[in-house]
Amino acid sequence: MTIKTGIASEAPRTGYIGAGVPRPGARRLLQGRGRYVDDIRLPRLAHVAFVRSPYAHARIVRIDVAGAAASPGVIRVVSGPEVASLCTPWVGVLTNRKGLKSAPQHALAIDRACWQGEAVAAVAAETRVQAENAAQLIDVEWQELAALTDAETALDPQTPVLHPELGDNLAFQCEADTGGVDEVFATAHKIVAATFHTGRHTPVTLEPRSILADFNPAERQLTVYQATQVPYMLQWILAKHFGLPEVSVRVIAPDVGGSFGAKIHVYGDEMTAVALSIMLGRPVKFVADRLESFVTDVHARGHRITARMAVSEAGDILGIDFDDLYGIGPYSGYPRGSASEAQQVINLVGGPYKNRVYRGRSRAVFQNKNMYGQYRGVGHPIACAVTEGLVDLAAEAVGMDPAEFRRRNYIPADAYPYKLAAGPVFEKLSQHEAHDKLLKLMDYAALRAEQAALRQRGIYRGIGLAAVVKMTNPSSATYGQGGVSIAAQDGCTIKLTATGGITCAASINEFGQGAATIVAQIAATALGVALDRVKVVTGDTDATPYGGGNWGSRGTGIGGEAVLRAGTALRQHILAFVARLTETEPSLLDIRDGTVVDAATGAARMTLEEVARTVYFRSDKVPADFSPELVVTRHFTQKSYDGICTNGIQACYLEVDVETGFVKLLRHWVVHDCGTMVNPLLVDEQIRGALVQGLGAALFEECLYSPEGQLTNGSLIDYLVPMAREMPDIEVAHCCTPTATSELGAKGTGEAGTAGAPAAVMNAINDALRPFGARVTAQPFTPERILRALGKIPDGALPADATPAR
Amino acid sequence: MKAGAFAYARASSLAEVFDLFERCGGEARILAGGQSLIAALNMRLATPALLIDINSLPDLARVVVHGGSVRIGALTRHRSVERSAEIARHLPLIHQAMPHVAHAAIRNRGTFGGSIAYADPAAELPACSVALDATFRIAGKSGERRVPARQFFKGFYETDIRAGEVLLGAEFEALQPGYRSAFLELTRRHGDYAIAGVAAHGKFVAGRFADVRLAFFGIGAMPALAVSAAQALEGNRYTPDTMAAVRSAVSADLQAVASSDLYHGAMTKLHLARVLASRAVHALTEA
Amino acid sequence: MTTARDSFDITVTVNGVPVSRRVEARQHLTDFLREELGLTGSHLGCEHGVCGACTVRVNGEIVRGCLMLALQADGARVETIEGLSQSGAIADLQRAFHERNALQCGFCTPGMLIAAAELLESRPGATREEIRTHLAGNYCRCTGYHAIVDAVEAAGRERVRRQA
Repeated sequence: MTIKTGIASEAPRTGYIGAGVPRPGARRLLQGRGRYVDDIRLPRLAHVAFVRSPYAHARIVRIDVAGAAASPGVIRVVSGPEVASLCTPWVGVLTNRKGLKSAPQHALAIDRACWQGEAVAAVAAETRVQAENAAQLIDVEWQELAALTDAETALDPQTPVLHPELGDNLAFQCEADTGGVDEVFATAHKIVAATFHTGRHTPVTLEPRSILADFNPAERQLTVYQATQVPYMLQWILAKHFGLPEVSVRVIAPDVGGSFGAKIHVYGDEMTAVALSIMLGRPVKFVADRLESFVTDVHARGHRITARMAVSEAGDILGIDFDDLYGIGPYSGYPRGSASEAQQVINLVGGPYKNRVYRGRSRAVFQNKNMYGQYRGVGHPIACAVTEGLVDLAAEAVGMDPAEFRRRNYIPADAYPYKLAAGPVFEKLSQHEAHDKLLKLMDYAALRAEQAALRQRGIYRGIGLAAVVKMTNPSSATYGQGGVSIAAQDGCTIKLTATGGITCAASINEFGQGAATIVAQIAATALGVALDRVKVVTGDTDATPYGGGNWGSRGTGIGGEAVLRAGTALRQHILAFVARLTETEPSLLDIRDGTVVDAATGAARMTLEEVARTVYFRSDKVPADFSPELVVTRHFTQKSYDGICTNGIQACYLEVDVETGFVKLLRHWVVHDCGTMVNPLLVDEQIRGALVQGLGAALFEECLYSPEGQLTNGSLIDYLVPMAREMPDIEVAHCCTPTATSELGAKGTGEAGTAGAPAAVMNAINDALRPFGARVTAQPFTPERILRALGKIPDGALPADATPAR
Repeated sequence: MKAGAFAYARASSLAEVFDLFERCGGEARILAGGQSLIAALNMRLATPALLIDINSLPDLARVVVHGGSVRIGALTRHRSVERSAEIARHLPLIHQAMPHVAHAAIRNRGTFGGSIAYADPAAELPACSVALDATFRIAGKSGERRVPARQFFKGFYETDIRAGEVLLGAEFEALQPGYRSAFLELTRRHGDYAIAGVAAHGKFVAGRFADVRLAFFGIGAMPALAVSAAQALEGNRYTPDTMAAVRSAVSADLQAVASSDLYHGAMTKLHLARVLASRAVHALTEA
Repeated sequence: MTTARDSFDITVTVNGVPVSRRVEARQHLTDFLREELGLTGSHLGCEHGVCGACTVRVNGEIVRGCLMLALQADGARVETIEGLSQSGAIADLQRAFHERNALQCGFCTPGMLIAAAELLESRPGATREEIRTHLAGNYCRCTGYHAIVDAVEAAGRERVRRQA
């Protein structure tokens, strides 16, 4: 049985590794028979609605719930102190993010609300509409306070400090300095510089955040159905903050309607729903509506980066120097902290390239805006935009083609494992191979010729490249070593059923990306059975092994490896048993199509059903000295590196209407290397979906805050997400460099598309505008920003509501 | 977001509508297609005491061509307007505008009258009505009245419809010989409300423009007819000098009303209006 | 319904079955389908008519269930994803979606299928651009749309072939 197959189409196809099979679990979704949290009905279910702060920063002087308590259908009304009596507060710091500081945060705000949308009171009622009606009757007396809404001035001495006990508004700072930076810049042939802005984003999962908490007071058992990527993390959190034994808490993730990182954080309103269930002894459901989502689902990515690059006359990157600033919420997120973007930016600016001289600083400052957390790509899109933006500038400065400039500067193919100037170690990348493959796939030369010809006719098209390095399969360095109980390992329990079927309980989770299918494919391959004989169970802390769940592109690489090891171990047990019964050696046997056979001749020895029946029901036939185990659990963790790096390269081809500033995306190409691909169909679709989120970042998405801290575009009418008409066809191809840290050889895939797309679009727009000497560096690249760069709109105040107070 | 409680009644005649308005203690709103109103109810941005459903009123969902005029009833669904062969033939400007109105599912329910009465500053049909100098028929308890489209739109989501009145429909002059239309809209995503748009209609005969109307939308609080831009075209040929004069005139016509939205400043809107004017006028020469 | 009231008795034919219920005037069609009838295949993503997750068929036309009052469906014929699945009316589209992984989390999928079905009924030979335009009102965050366009195009071509 060969697993490390290289590129699926070139290697012998054994089992299902490398097979682009459709997902068995998608059938029910196609028929509207998914079961999302909001579809679940329990007897005596109560519904929650919240009163939320209309101010970015305000003291809660008084909350009067009398009118609400008497409203029809109302069961209970609570505010901060009542919930605090059941649920302890939290602080979003990790010991491995030195200097990360934050203040205690309660489920419902007490004394002070710190962002517009923060929940301060909750109503549980028989129906959601009754809860909303009652919430409107709650009378809150506010004392509005000055709001921190400009990250640039957050650290000025005259700016009020949000948490006086913390001393200043700096949540986190990290730096890297190799030394030699000033010298390199002083003597460089050319220096290029720019200030980049990335928009503050929100994930906009189509299924809103949803939780159904069911506390059974008779048994003191808490069952929580939650749209989440990480049931075990939540189990730990709930047990900890509600003072319940861990074994009394069960978290179940049913079908989840998209997450992308939104549903891996602790939210005060969700914790309040749990508190209410405990208070009432009945099930309580909270589903965030879309308007609530915009002001409470984690935000991410709003950075300002001032950067410069030194380059030699021959076109070698000599040095990179940058300063990054971003505004988070009023507290660091919990339990993962809001410092990850800073860390990834410091780690990965310049990542694809062999430059050794490097200095960077990233700072996160508190703001009276929504909470801030990990969202697909976490920092990589920013690092890539800065790096690839500087690279294009540098290529232009030395008169070199941008593709050629990149290829010249990639980390040499024989330099691996390679330690970056900022610290992370890359196991092995295939940048040159991917690069060459991309240029061929898109017919780079032909596109350049087409671009030139069209320019003569006043049609301005641009080609933009973006080289991506993306960390996946993280080790315990990310969280465990920081004192946060988020697992870096995952497990799989695999069982042969009485009729020769296979069940697989895995600790990774399915939320549309195909995790359950991957598990089934690996298990079916290991056990030599047809795919439809495998049942997969995920998303239930009572029913699966302990594991970290899905985030950071770790599902297939880590979870999949656990499945492979468990399946391989079960296979060995089965072969050992049959060998014993038939008096031969396990190495002379194989399992094919559900039957244990003679490996050389294919002659059938025992079907798996016969094996199971014998072991389970005919113990008289089992040799006395033999104890067959048909249920096996194995775990896997990646600890050779802090993370396994993948590489990819994207190209964007677009057209800019230079009279209107409008951009039309024509085509997009990606070549990506994620090692072994268990299911290439699913990999391609992960890449496409991630990429389109990046296109949204490039052209459309931005949370707009007024100077007073009001989110001014918090609806789907005003916050623009990418829709079908504007998106291009996306061609995907692959290289394959399996990781040596596992048998499966799979690296992560889910986020890389998001990391590179904004940079590719930016570079393409600037390439299109090259004849005009115009350049854009602030995302999203709106028509107004492009027209400004072209000099068609006089520089002046932006519309008042759109002042980018980041 | 769940709508709060309200009462509902379905009227089967105009008299019933007026009666319901009168008997309603608080605010009453007309429910036609509901594509704007029900969203507002769900978000509790509108909290009427009573919804008066007029979908059963007879004779208001028709397109009638009679003599030289075209009547569009207020309850005519966008989808019907979109598919109407008569509108394509006699009101090509509206035919060109329809694919830009929201999305298919919205057009199946939304009505012509709803779009006019809602009067979103970035909507297509109000601008077309202004360009075509339509007349709106409005019914009230005391009878019917007629208001020219050019006087109907008064401000931000504000029209001449008074409390207790119902928009019955619009009357247009059918396409005359020598006239052609062009409809252009700039949106970042298909189906969005326009950042800027123009409904253009006029005569282009023997290489000369006459009676051109350029109605801009998305620029300010209501559709804006660029009067001096039309004068700059009157009797002239399609030349660079004419077009330069048109663009200047568009700025002059619109700068007092141009206002910013969440993403685009007033100056950007004016710039886009000038570009749209050039393209629309060019399109009129080729139609 | 000419008298102003808060709630009404309605009869709606849902997936071929007449259903009679008393509904509050304020309740939109999607909540009626989900809460009253347990037909949870229609989803709510925004409740302001933008995302398209609530798309169902009323009297043969696609509508946004969140922008229609339940009582406006009195006397009407409503088809949800459950009914369309059971009847096999969109089986070819569902198969095409499945084969091309034109869905991931599945939350947009019922609405997307019903919207796409309307296009293929009138224009089975729709081009990729026409497909993108027609589906421009249905939000998907997972797929990036490319696979959806592939699936609709493939199903359309197959219909054209069968009709020929």
